[in-house]
Amino acid sequence: MAATPEVTDATFDADVMKSDLPVLVDFWAPWCGPCRMVAPIVEELGEEYAGRVSFYKMNTDENPAIPSQYGIRSIPSLLIFSGGELKGTIVGFRPKSDLKKRLEEAIA
Amino acid sequence: MSAERPETYDIAVIGAGGAGLTAALYGARARRRTVVFERLMSGGQIATTELVENYPGFPQGINGTDFAMNLVQQVDRFGAELRYEDVQSIAPRPDAPFRIETSEATYEAHAVVATAGADYNKLGVPGEDELIGRGVSYCATCDAAFFQNQEAVVVGGGDAAFDEALFTARHVSKVWLVHRRDTFRASALLQERVFANPKIEIIRNTVVDRIVGADGVEGAELRNVQTGEVRTLPVSAVFIFIGQTPNSHLLKGLVELDEGGHARVDLRMRTAVPGLFVAGDLRVEAARQLVSACGDGATAALAAEAYLAEAGIGEG
Repeated sequence: MAATPEVTDATFDADVMKSDLPVLVDFWAPWCGPCRMVAPIVEELGEEYAGRVSFYKMNTDENPAIPSQYGIRSIPSLLIFSGGELKGTIVGFRPKSDLKKRLEEAIA
Repeated sequence: MSAERPETYDIAVIGAGGAGLTAALYGARARRRTVVFERLMSGGQIATTELVENYPGFPQGINGTDFAMNLVQQVDRFGAELRYEDVQSIAPRPDAPFRIETSEATYEAHAVVATAGADYNKLGVPGEDELIGRGVSYCATCDAAFFQNQEAVVVGGGDAAFDEALFTARHVSKVWLVHRRDTFRASALLQERVFANPKIEIIRNTVVDRIVGADGVEGAELRNVQTGEVRTLPVSAVFIFIGQTPNSHLLKGLVELDEGGHARVDLRMRTAVPGLFVAGDLRVEAARQLVSACGDGATAALAAEAYLAEAGIGEG
């Protein structure tokens, strides 16, 4: 399965805010166990939504600015952006079916 | 409308924690067509455990997530499928496979091993739901690092609370360990470590009545249950570890449950429903340890294999 590409503080504006497609960003850190267990689910979603939604992950250890700007104090957190605006926030681990529902609502 | 025939498995495992993944490993190695349905994430409770120090054979301990990922790989290597789908119902049918409805589709399985485990309990106090992800957390190993040099409350008196208090103390300036009783269920070794940690202060006989804050947690309102004294601690995080409730809603009306919602099984993890097995934290008298959950999973899969063989399923 294809690994989700990384986005950084430096590339966030171009990859996420200026993206033509809606974007889901998975905030994670290497020491966060559940984040590593959620990664394969995000990868599955990435394949199912290929061409409709872009998927990125951001390492909160290496990128302090964006997580702080969005008040991330719990990971995994999934943020959904569309047209340069935050459309949805999912904190913690949720069933894949819930993630799909929230994603559909955010990009509708 | 003619529905397509649902996908049929020999063994369907519900839950991808230690018990479920081990059951799947044994099922797949018995060359049974095996699927694991997982509602949240694989690994279950072990995935949120920083260090497992009591699993035999790992003298230095092993990281819980590493353990879970290794187990997922091992299960995958022998050909079991892992589906991230939420099982809605299990229906036994006379002379036919079980019918399993998930959030995505309908499946059939000749044997079912339910290992849906348990979910953490919430405090159920004002401010808790509102501040989840903004200081209220059920996973210190996930979130403690966001509160460097701030103060935190850890609630609970068992192994999980003590383990997570020690982990949290590595990141924050001070941990207030709040427990409603005078004594603790945590293992003696964990108690020694917590009592010796200069960053952890223990508050006994005390409950959290309210979590306050606007944008994030700003304090926890505590009440001493003996004296009635109330005070508010100015903390930025509240980590909650006050036990679990078994995920037995799928089994209600199907098998006998005890008062706590645990399923009655025999020593081979068999329920009164032929072909339906329950293993791990979901069963009565579970030791609630990783090693016993894995052992249960193996026992259940072997019993399922014996059941399938006796029923003449998948032979030749």
